[in-house]
Amino acid sequence: MATITETPRTRGAEAGGTPRGSSPDTRAGSRKRRGLGNLTGWAFVAPAMVIILGLSIFPAVWAFILSLQKWNGFAPPKFVGGNNYGKLLSDEEFWAAVSHTGLYVLLFVPASVLLGLFLAVALNRDIPLIGLYRTAIFVPFVASAAATGILSTYLFSPQFGLANNVLRSLGLPAQHWLEDPNQAMLVIAIMSLWGQAAFTTVIYLAALQDVPTDLLEAARIDGANRWQTFWRIVWPQLSPVTVFVTIWQVIGALQLFDLVYTTTRGGPLDATKTIVYYLWEKAFKALDFGGGSAAAYVLFAVTLVITIGMVLYARSRKLEAF
Amino acid sequence: MAMTATRALHTAGTPQPKRRFSMWHLVLAPIALLFVIPFAQMLMASLSPAEELVKFPPPFIPSRITFDGFVALFTTTDAVRWLMNSTIVSVVSIVAHVVLCSLAGYGFARLQFRGRNVGFFLIVATIMIPTQLLMIPTYIMFSKLGLVNTLAAAFVPWLASAFGIFLMRQFFLSIPAEVEEAASLDGANRLQIFLRVVLPLARPAMATLAIFTLLSSWNDLIWPLIAINDDNWFTVQLGIANFQGTRRTQWSC
Repeated sequence: MATITETPRTRGAEAGGTPRGSSPDTRAGSRKRRGLGNLTGWAFVAPAMVIILGLSIFPAVWAFILSLQKWNGFAPPKFVGGNNYGKLLSDEEFWAAVSHTGLYVLLFVPASVLLGLFLAVALNRDIPLIGLYRTAIFVPFVASAAATGILSTYLFSPQFGLANNVLRSLGLPAQHWLEDPNQAMLVIAIMSLWGQAAFTTVIYLAALQDVPTDLLEAARIDGANRWQTFWRIVWPQLSPVTVFVTIWQVIGALQLFDLVYTTTRGGPLDATKTIVYYLWEKAFKALDFGGGSAAAYVLFAVTLVITIGMVLYARSRKLEAF
Repeated sequence: MAMTATRALHTAGTPQPKRRFSMWHLVLAPIALLFVIPFAQMLMASLSPAEELVKFPPPFIPSRITFDGFVALFTTTDAVRWLMNSTIVSVVSIVAHVVLCSLAGYGFARLQFRGRNVGFFLIVATIMIPTQLLMIPTYIMFSKLGLVNTLAAAFVPWLASAFGIFLMRQFFLSIPAEVEEAASLDGANRLQIFLRVVLPLARPAMATLAIFTLLSSWNDLIWPLIAINDDNWFTVQLGIANFQGTRRTQWSC
C-alpha cells in the first residue's frame, strides 16, 4: 500500500494509459497514451502467448507439412503429397487400431457417463459418512496412469492377482485378463473407469445441485414418486451436462495411450493397440515422422467429425449443449 | 459450499426424521470399498514379503509385515532421483503457469489494446488442437534446440496454457472494476494495481490453477516418454512405467 501512495500522480496516469486519465487530452497526448496502453497490454499477454502459440499453432502447421513429407529425421525430407494419407488408409494395422479404439470408446464412455450419474445421485445427500464415500471415489482420480497401470497388472495378474484370487475362492474359473486378447481392453476400460469415475461424478454432482428445488417440490405435490421425479424432472434438466460429458469422454477415450503403455504395451497380439499407440510407434519407434503426422491429422479429423456430429444431434433433439 | 448446497437441496426435497438409517449406505459402502480395494491391495503387496507375492495360491493378507520393498525401492532403483526430477518439473511448471497465465488473463480481461480480441481468439482456438498432433513437430523442435533429454523438455510444454489463461481471465472479469478504479485514483499504475490489488483477490483462482498444473505435469507420461530417454532425467512416471514385471511400488501420485 505504501508504494501506491508514494508514486507521483502524473506517472501513474501516464503509464496507466486508461481512458480515465486526468491529464489534458491533446491529440498527440492521446495517441501517445494509446501507444503506451498497447505496449502495456502486450507486455501482459505476450510471454504466455509466445509460449502457447509457439507450442501449438506453429507445430500444428508444421505437422501438416510433415504429413506431406517422407522424413525419418536424418535424411533430407522428401515431398510426397497425399501419399502418407493413402498409405495410412490402406494399412490394415491402422484400421485394427481404429477398431480397438472404437471398442474402448464403446466400453468406456457409456459406462463412465452412467456410473458418474449414478454416483452423483447416490452422493448427493446428507447422511453420515458421506465425506468418506466421496473421498473414496475421488481419490483414484489423482493416481497417475503409470501407477494405475502397475496396479492393473498386479490386480489382474492371472496367477497372483486379486481378481483371480476372488474368482477362485468363489469356485469360478480363473481368467487370463490382460493376457487374453478378448479381455485386455475390458480390463483397461474397467481400470480407466476406476480412475476417472470421479470426473463425471463431480460434474453431475454440480449439475444436480443446480436443479431448481421448486421443480422438485411441484413434482412431489403433483404426486410423482422419486423414480418419476428423477426421470421426468431431474434427468431432462441434466441433459446439457450429459451432452457435454459424453463429448468430453469420447474425445478423451479416442486419445487412449497411457494406460495401454503401462499395462499391455499394445498387446496381447496387438489387441489393445489404439490409434495414439499406433501413431507413437510409427513416429518414435519406426521414425516415420510423415506417417505419424498423417495419423495424427486423421485422428484430429475423426475427433472433430464425431464432436460436430454429436453437437448437431443434440441440437436436433433440442438439447442445449453449447 | 458444495456440502451446504446439498444439504439445502436435500432438506427441501425430502423432509425425513433425522438419524434414520439410510438405505443408500447399502449402495455406497460396497462401491466405496471397490474404489479403495486396489489401493489397499497395493499397500498390502508393498508391505508383504517378496516370496508371498509369488506364492500360489496368493494369500489375501500377508503373514507378516516388512518394509523390504520400500528399502529395495530406494536403494536399488533411482526412485529418489526420479522424485527429485518430477518435483523440479512440477515446481517450475506451477510457478511459471500461475505467473504467466495470471498476467495474460489480466491483460485479456481488463486492458485495452490493439489486437486483444484476435489474440484471445487465437489462444482459445488452440484448446481444440489435440496434443497428439503436436508431439512430433515439438519433438523435432526440441531436439534442434538441444532440449531433448533435459528436464527442460519435460516442463517447457507446461509453462503456460490456454486453459489457464481462460480460467484466470474469467476470474478477473468477476472482480468489480470499481476496486481497480479506486486504486487508479489513488495513483497506482497498471502493474501496481495488478500486483497489489487484483492478485491478492485472485488467490482462489491461482490455487485452482496450481493444483491443475501439479496434477497434469506430475502425471504426464507420453510427453516425457518421447522427450526423455536418459534415465538420469526420468520423471517418476517414466520410472514407474519402466519397471519390469510386478515390482512392488506403493506411491500412487
